[in-house]
Amino acid sequence: MKWLLVGIIALCNTIGDVLNTAGMKRQGEVEDLRPGTLLGMVKKIARNPLVLGGFAALAVSFFALLSLLSITTVSFAVPATAASYLLETLLAKYILGEDVKWRRWAAAVLVACGVVLLSF
Amino acid sequence: MNSGNGGQRGKTQGLVVLVIATNVLGNVFLSRGMHQVGRIVSFSPAEYLRAFANPSAIVGILILIVWMLSDLALLSRADLSFVLPVTASAYVLVALVGHFFLHDHISWQRWLGILLITGGVILAEETPARTTTGPPERLR
Repeated sequence: MKWLLVGIIALCNTIGDVLNTAGMKRQGEVEDLRPGTLLGMVKKIARNPLVLGGFAALAVSFFALLSLLSITTVSFAVPATAASYLLETLLAKYILGEDVKWRRWAAAVLVACGVVLLSF
Repeated sequence: MNSGNGGQRGKTQGLVVLVIATNVLGNVFLSRGMHQVGRIVSFSPAEYLRAFANPSAIVGILILIVWMLSDLALLSRADLSFVLPVTASAYVLVALVGHFFLHDHISWQRWLGILLITGGVILAEETPARTTTGPPERLR
């Protein structure tokens, strides 16, 4: 049960973040955090299928995390988080078309290893 | 390409700070709340509503809503492969706050983890925040 939840968290996190990034890029850059701007952003999101799909994936991941936290410690969620960093960087390059060079790969690998070490 | 001039980069960095701060605070409150609520493993959403009766969990969820909105605003301005490593400084912050304010013990493995994540954050910060111009071609 624990490992099934870990797998669900990693997969849904990745799908959610990729869809949200694609959807928010389509909406255009948010220039400030004034209430009016944020309200406009939320209204656009309500009609943005990519971000709505991203929310659905993140919601599944969130409830899986709540379940995991209620039966074990935070450290058990760590492998899911570490795997997400590498998987998301890969998809950022090949699906989102981001310019991922050695610095960003190194950053993702360092963070993934660091997250695992932090759980000790 | 970079997200324009210094002002634009400044806005993006401001969002980065907000995302990190709300992530740390939201998770601290939610984690405390969920431990008070107790064990929930269910496919029924009603079970999770029990969490909404706990003040710490409610505060945590409200802060995480702010985190979600600021994270989306940040993703509208910056690459996912930039945002991910940079916002990982939240882990370092949680560990250091625990050490210096709550006197948590940090093992050498955890210090090494803090060092690696900090290295990752610095490397990612050396790259331009945004390398794309429009929405991705595959998900337009």
